[in-house]
Amino acid sequence: MQFGVFTVGDVTPDPTTGRSPTEEERITSMIRLALKAEETGLDVVAFGEHHNPPFVPSSPTTMLGYVAARTKRVILSTATTLITTNDPVKLAEDYAMLQHLAEGRVDLMLGRGNTGPVYPWFGQDIRNGIALAYENYALLRRLWREDVVDWEGRFRTPLTGFTSTPRPLDGVPPFVWHGSIRSPEIAEQAAYYGDGFFHNNIFWPKEHTQRMVDLYRRRYEHYGHGPADQAIVGLGGQVFMRANSQDAIREFRPYFDKAPVYGGGPTLEDFIDQTPLTVGSPQQVIDRTLGFREYAGHYQRQLFLVDHAGLPTEVVMEQMDMLGELVVPVLRREFAAVRPPHVPDAPVHPRVVARGGTSVPGGSAATMAVSR
Amino acid sequence: MTGRSLVIVTAGLGQPSSSRLLADRLAAATERHLRDSDVDLHVVTVELREHAQDLANHLLAGFPSPRLQDAVDEVVGADGMIAVSPIFNASYSGLFKLFFDILERDALAGVPVLMGATGGTARHSLALEHAVRPLFAYLNAAVVPTGVYAAAEDWGQAGVPADATLVERIDRAARELATAMAGRQPQPRRDRFGQPVEFETMLRDIRRPGGGSHGQT
Repeated sequence: MQFGVFTVGDVTPDPTTGRSPTEEERITSMIRLALKAEETGLDVVAFGEHHNPPFVPSSPTTMLGYVAARTKRVILSTATTLITTNDPVKLAEDYAMLQHLAEGRVDLMLGRGNTGPVYPWFGQDIRNGIALAYENYALLRRLWREDVVDWEGRFRTPLTGFTSTPRPLDGVPPFVWHGSIRSPEIAEQAAYYGDGFFHNNIFWPKEHTQRMVDLYRRRYEHYGHGPADQAIVGLGGQVFMRANSQDAIREFRPYFDKAPVYGGGPTLEDFIDQTPLTVGSPQQVIDRTLGFREYAGHYQRQLFLVDHAGLPTEVVMEQMDMLGELVVPVLRREFAAVRPPHVPDAPVHPRVVARGGTSVPGGSAATMAVSR
Repeated sequence: MTGRSLVIVTAGLGQPSSSRLLADRLAAATERHLRDSDVDLHVVTVELREHAQDLANHLLAGFPSPRLQDAVDEVVGADGMIAVSPIFNASYSGLFKLFFDILERDALAGVPVLMGATGGTARHSLALEHAVRPLFAYLNAAVVPTGVYAAAEDWGQAGVPADATLVERIDRAARELATAMAGRQPQPRRDRFGQPVEFETMLRDIRRPGGGSHGQT
């Protein structure tokens, strides 16, 4: 099983000081998060992609390329890559390039983006969100799997005799996760292709996660990729830890109360009760996270959100240390102890496997998603 | 004897409120008419006052508390609805609107609805027609022709008998609702998770201009 962190890269004032980080500081803090993930033995770091303030990460492969050069082991991913407003041709090129630079340590998570005004800035319309996700991804797959592509669709100019370069490293395209909170069409898409499905599992009650994952698993089996419990599932989770849980609550509360997503709404206590948000001791984070499989089944990837709502970078680094030292080692052991042998690991590039891999034993190139 | 479910949604603020009082009388009259048609009525009441904070939280957080979800489920699963709001500033109250704003698209499509409203004077009675009816028309609900507005004077004044026309209007509106509910078979709800559409069907659908659903996040 893989463990990691994902970040949206929001520039939010620290509510305890009123000070906003500069864009440079926020970009640097994202890089520090990624390097810390490697240092603390996590398996994955995933960057968001946004094209509107208050977010900084508009250019994920530039940032991930930099991280690739400064790390050896951690898998570089996205959360999410906008399959709707990016040209699939450029995505095919950029992520194949990144794959070469990172020697295979790359996968990506596709999402649609839910900010209406962003779409027209890129010549699109949010009302075509699902259609864009379907058509663009169908093209992206072909660009990675066929050397010469002739193509015509609804949303971009036709291609005649086009070859996307560089070709995927060793001819193996990056593994793809599809992320969605509540659109069954996206769970269906992930299932159809036998790709991974990721639910962010934060900000919402677990029932949202459960019904999406359950649909994806059923349909994965329906489309003939294997039994439902061998489908490739990833989950998010949001945590804030201190050795003493009351300290965690006290320190996190001002950040929660003013957070861009839920500030001014439910109380911290209600939010902890009604969503997977965990604010408390490392042991509480361990217990809560182990409980995710009760509604999502045995899954392959767990990503934590630890760095939003204006939390100072140093505090985030402390969270990373606790994850790496106190939480993830226990989770690895406890998840592995009850995991049936037929449940696969998340697919990684054969070169990652050859180097000893970043996931626990059991993963292999044989589980790499097949082309169809 | 067949059965139908009726949900009362009231945005009255007092306890008891005149909106609740009106809603209860509308429900009792509806039950009477349905019994005449050999239909057994099951009535559930949603007092929005009890969900005011949860509604505001839903607006900000994007999901309902478990208690609010239960209330939404009652409304979404009902065969008919009686919806009553006090009239504030020539329209339904903000609390009333908040509740209907959180329902999913098509949640009330085709559902028979009887609308009621309360206010201090009869001068606000057309708010039912220019504010409440368009709201439910937009939601594709099947609003019955008669809406019932009850002003303070309709409930009776010392020395004057309660306005007989209120009783008549309640009866007429309830009969319309009962007829609509009795004539409409309970609708199975399409479950997008329980009965998924084949991917290749959806992929074909998106190829035509305007095709494909908008979806949610």
